[in-house]
Parts: sequence; structure tokens; C-alpha cells
Amino acid sequence: MEASSVKASATFSGGVHPAGNKELTSHKSTVSAAIPKRVVIPLSQHIGAPTKPLVVIGQEVKKGEKIGESGGFVSAPVHSSVSGKVTAIGNFPHILGMDMASIVIESDGKDEWVAGLKETKDYQMLSPDELKKMVSDAGIVGMGGATFPTHVKLSPPKEKPIDVVILNGAECEPYLTSDHRLMLEKPAEIIEGLKILMRILNVKKGYIGIEANKPDAVEAMKKAATGSPEIEVWPVQVKYPQGAEKMLIKAIANRTVPAGGLPMDIGVVVQNVGTAAAIYDAVRFGRPLIERYVTVTGRGVKDPKNFLARIGTTFAQLIEEAGGLTEDAAKVISGGPMMGMSQYTLEVPVIKGTSGILVLPKSEVSTKPYGPCIRCARCIDACPMMLQPSLIGLFIEKGHYEDAKDYNLMDCFECGSCTFVCPANRPMVQWVKRAKRELAKKKN
Amino acid sequence: MEATPKEQPKVQPKAPPEFFVSIGPHMRTEESTAKIMWTVNAALLPATLMSVYFFGLPAILVIIVSILAAVMAEAGMQKLLKKDVTVSDGSAFLTGLLIAMNVPANIPLYIPAVASVVAIAITKHLFGGLGYNVFNPALIGRAFILVSFAKPMTTYTQPVANIMAMDAKTMATPLSLLKEDGIAKLLEVYPNIYQDLLMGNRAGSLGETATIALLLGAVFLMIKRYITWHIPITFIATVGLLTWVFGGKSGLMTGDPLFHMMSGGLILGAFFMATDYVTGPSIRIAQVLFGVSCGALTVLIRLKGGYPEGVMFAILLMNCFAPLLDRGMRSRVFGKAAAKGVKK
Repeated sequence: MEASSVKASATFSGGVHPAGNKELTSHKSTVSAAIPKRVVIPLSQHIGAPTKPLVVIGQEVKKGEKIGESGGFVSAPVHSSVSGKVTAIGNFPHILGMDMASIVIESDGKDEWVAGLKETKDYQMLSPDELKKMVSDAGIVGMGGATFPTHVKLSPPKEKPIDVVILNGAECEPYLTSDHRLMLEKPAEIIEGLKILMRILNVKKGYIGIEANKPDAVEAMKKAATGSPEIEVWPVQVKYPQGAEKMLIKAIANRTVPAGGLPMDIGVVVQNVGTAAAIYDAVRFGRPLIERYVTVTGRGVKDPKNFLARIGTTFAQLIEEAGGLTEDAAKVISGGPMMGMSQYTLEVPVIKGTSGILVLPKSEVSTKPYGPCIRCARCIDACPMMLQPSLIGLFIEKGHYEDAKDYNLMDCFECGSCTFVCPANRPMVQWVKRAKRELAKKKN
Repeated sequence: MEATPKEQPKVQPKAPPEFFVSIGPHMRTEESTAKIMWTVNAALLPATLMSVYFFGLPAILVIIVSILAAVMAEAGMQKLLKKDVTVSDGSAFLTGLLIAMNVPANIPLYIPAVASVVAIAITKHLFGGLGYNVFNPALIGRAFILVSFAKPMTTYTQPVANIMAMDAKTMATPLSLLKEDGIAKLLEVYPNIYQDLLMGNRAGSLGETATIALLLGAVFLMIKRYITWHIPITFIATVGLLTWVFGGKSGLMTGDPLFHMMSGGLILGAFFMATDYVTGPSIRIAQVLFGVSCGALTVLIRLKGGYPEGVMFAILLMNCFAPLLDRGMRSRVFGKAAAKGVKK
């Protein structure tokens, strides 16, 4: 397959085609962001129990030092991303829209690694359990945005054997190019990370799924996978939400994750390409997850860029390094425009799941009021889960949450395709979030 | 941080600089309800122009009065019900235009006006307004005046192709000729029947006569994906098939499907009224069933019923069943089938 004309037939049914807008940053090599003078490291950067702080105010810490202890099995430790002194432990703005427990560290500028990081050249000789422990100790979580602790996904129950590992390089969110750049710049690390994953899970077959709009990444990954016949690089159709776990599995393995179930139910584990690279760093060099690729983009910043940024760097600093906000900057989003969360302050930090910072100018912010549903069925055609968002929306609008549940509300993973295509501008995702919360309240 | 209805997303006042905050997605399609409605209006333009060409000034007057009455009824009802006035979205305009398309040219003007008011005030707004009406408003309006003013509604005139002609000779429509007097009489009045049906050079309601102009608009809507094949094509194909099988005088399989497919209001109804989003089903398989049922009912009325034409009643009857069809054909949720058989 030629790099210039990657064709891909693998996909799922439904989905939408928002404008990609990736040309703002896709050709720009990643640059290291300045070492922040001050980092804010939330104790909760993952799905699951928050970590417990291991440091006190005034304590000196080194880069890579563990500062938060895992709060349970479904949890992940956090590490300092700079060397310096702990200046505060308390509640600070978090991308989830509220203040959350965080550790603030002021950098001493020396950027010294903590002592005792263990390099392992012959890591392929380690046992799956030893490898898994390294992943767990490094605080690695799903870096595509879901931030589910990786070691949990690597510990399937015995009755659910895994036979396929898929790396997710689809990057179907418009604007974002951090995974794209990573695949171009660190393809060997990603392949090694995948091999470690396959060893941990004792799997013989690995796939890397990449949307066909990144032919150079497909080419780079194929080149890096030469000599590894157990790994296949798959271009997949350019369609949102191709990068959703269930949709990617459908496209590549042609397996359907059961409703309410997990990929492991059908023998599949999916990990983001960034997660694979982080796993390689952890296993080969003993380095915990303290930095990641972050795309700072949109027509609301003057000089969109891809950064390698420390966890805990504030949005304010990265936006400043991307030339600053434009005059008409109006909306700041953590993540992509489809599933990302809008922010009210630039003081929120980059966390392990922050793939991008998108700033939209006023002209691109929709403030149109919504109208009545005209039952055009565009949302039904768009829904990758084959739900009826129009009807679910009508139910929730009138407060009939139970009826919405009868129409499979719980199967919605809030990709936003329905809301994107709605000509009446109806906020279906917002309603779905509300209904899920109301139903959870009732249950308790 | 939920935006309140009607003003999402809202500004968070507390942080300098101030940003818009809302639940995603933060990108939206360029489509809008108004754009869809005005595009459908535009797709009816060729047929509208043909009606003016064939029926002249009376056609223009009928069109203006129908649209004006519909738009005024909408504005009036929304004022009365203390709702936002949304006549600029083009949906009342469309209802008015469709009513004009569905009446004879030389009808007294108050009759289509009554139809428009019934359509908008009762069928649409008393049922909750745009998106909530059960029946196609234009068709209820037409049904109302058909039974209330039966004589003028069935007195059709000969096309004159003269803009200034105010009075024209009355003339029966091809379908009623076929029903009342048989095929010989039909061919006597319309020697070039297929050509006349295609071009619209025949007696009939304003907009239903020029098959070719209607098809032009329909193809445009299908290319824009504003309508899909599921309802109109199955509707027309069913009429063609059933009239071929049962429509002939000399036994089964001797009917004339081409004549039936191009006559009456079938092309107009199938492409522009049965496809109404609000009053038809949303699930694709349900839409196919809807189209086939509309076709079957149309043929039943044309061949066995009291009226020469059955498209209107067929669509209205099927409107009732649209929600039921959707419910029966609920889409297969991703992973639901796979979920049975999985150990939890």
C-alpha cells in the first residue's frame, strides 16, 4: 500500500465526518516545553481510587520520585515531574471542572532524576508478572483520554483469555495530532511497548489501527514493525468515532463488545499508542509516567504546536509557549472538540490523559439555541451504538429518565456524533449525562 | 455545569479571562432546521413554475394565498400560545406551498386559505407545534377542504399555458376519467397520455401535474441526502407493481403501471409528503414498511375505493402507524445480541 494513497475499508457502522483541522499541527515536529517553574499534580489523574500523598509541604523531591501512593487495585501512583520542593498540598483547579486534591511542586531548575531508576536492556527475558509490576509502579494509565489504569486491563480474569492486543493510533478527534507525531517520532518505542503488552498477556497477535488520513504514520509504523510478523499495521477509515475502543475492535478484529461488557469479554485488549510508548519507557529505563505529548491547537492560539510536556504543567504555560491566546479566543477545551471538556480557567494542569488543548475563537463557538426535534433521523444514522438519540433526548427533555433507559441510554458512551449532526442543535450528550446522573442518584 | 435550556453554552463569570463553558461536542454541523425546510421549498420550485406555466394567473394567486394563510396562521398561533414566532424557519411556508400544490387552479381562494389555517393551527400547533404533529399538516388541510368543499375541489381545468387566462374549460383528470368512463374515453381526451403526464399538460392539482419537474426536485433532495429512497421509492414501486397486477380490465398482470405511477398526486406525495420527517418513521426498515403500506393503500383506494385518487388518505392513514412502526422495528443496539451468552 502506497503511503500517499492509503486505502482503508475497515470500519464500523454509523459515525460522522467533522472537519479534521489537523493541518494546523500535523506537520510540526514535537518540541519540549520549558521545564515549568511550578507544577500542579492532581492525586486523581485516572479512573478509580485517588492516590494518597507520600510527601509533606516543604519536602524536597526529585524528578520521577513517587509522591502519591496507589489507592487500591484500580488506581495508579503519581510521580513528581520536576525536581524541587513541595509548596502546597490542597485543592486546585482540575480539568474535570472542579477543584481536586493536588500536590504543588516548585522546580529548582536542576531537573535531577530520582536515584535508583533501573535500566533493563534484556527486558524481554522478564516474566509477565515482573513486567506488569513495572507498568503498575510507573503509574501508567490509558493515555488516549480515558485514563483507566493500564495494569488493570493487563490483569484479565482467568476465564477471559486474551488473544488480541490492539494499539489505538486512530486519533479520530479533530484537531489532535499528538498520537500522530508520536507515531512518526517514536515508532520503535511503540512497537517495543506493544511487544511488552503481548508478552504480559501471552498474546501472539498484535495490531495497530491508524486512521487512513495519516499515511506517513502508517508508513512509519509499518517500517518499525518490519521483522515482527506478529504485528500488523492497519489503516482504518477516517470516521469519527473510529478511535472509540468498541469501534476500533469492530473494524480490526470484527468482534462486537457485548453491551455493558468490556473488550476482555471477547478476548481483546486495546491500548493507546502513547500508553505503549510509556510502557516501553517504564520497562526499559525504569522511568515513571511524568511527561506526554500534548497538541496545543485551534484558531484561538497564535502558534499551534505539538509539545512534550511535563505532567502538572498548567494550560496557561503551554498556551503561552504556543504564542498565547488570540484576541478572540473564546473557548478552551481539554482534549478534542468532540469529547473534550471546556475549561473556565487556564490554571488547570496537564494530566496523564491530556492529549491536547484546543482553543476556539469566538466565531467557532456555537451559541445557537436549540429547537424542537424534527425527527430527521440523522442522529440515528450517526450513532455508532445504533441507538435512537432523538427519542432518548425527547424522553430526557421531559424528565422521563426510565424511558430513556428502556431505549438503551446506558449503552451510550457520549461520543457526541448525534449532537454534532443535529440540525436543531439539540444537546443530546448533555441530556444523556444528566439522565445517567439522575438515574444513579435514584439508585443510591 | 449544565447549561440551562435556550441559552447554552453560558458564560462563566468568575475567571479572567472569561471563556465559554459547555458540554461537548464543541463542533456542530452546518445543517439547520431552517436550511432543510427552505431547501425543500426550493426543490418544489420547478414544479411551482410548471404550474404557473400551465395554469397561469389563477395558479399564482392560489400559491400566494395558501402560503400567506399558512405563515399568518403560524405566527398567530405562536403569539396566542406565547411561544417564539418561528415562521422564518420555512416550515409553515412549506405547508402553505404544499397545500397550493394540492388544489385545482381555479378554486375560490378562500378554500386553500381555510386548508392552510386548519393545517397550521389545528394539525400542527394544537398538537404541540413543529416536531410533535401526528399527521402531515398539508394533507389534513387538504382532506378537510376535500370533504367540506367537494365540488370545487374536484372541478379541474384544462391547462392553458397562458399567464393571463382567467377562465379555462373544465376537464377531468386522467385518473377520474379512467375510473368513471374507462380507458377508451381516457385516450380520447388525452391522446398522448404518457407525454402529458410527464410534462404536466393535463388536468390536475397545481403541483402534481408535471412529473418531470417534481422528479427534478426529488433528485436534488436525494443528492443532498435530505430525503432517502426508503419511503418514496418503495411507495411508487408498490403502486407500480400492484396496479400492474390488479389494475387491468382483462385479468391479472394487464394493468398499466406507468400510467398509475405518473398520475394523480403520487410523485408529489411520495417524494414531498410521505417523506415528512415528523410524521413518518425514523428507523430505516420501518420507513420501507411505511412506503410499501402507503403504496398498497393508494392502489386499494384507486382501484376499489370511492375516490379516483388515494395518495392523500394512504399517507394520512400511515401517519398514525409511524410511531408504532418505529417501536416495532427498534434499531439493533451495538453489542446487544452479543451480550446474551456472556458471563457476567
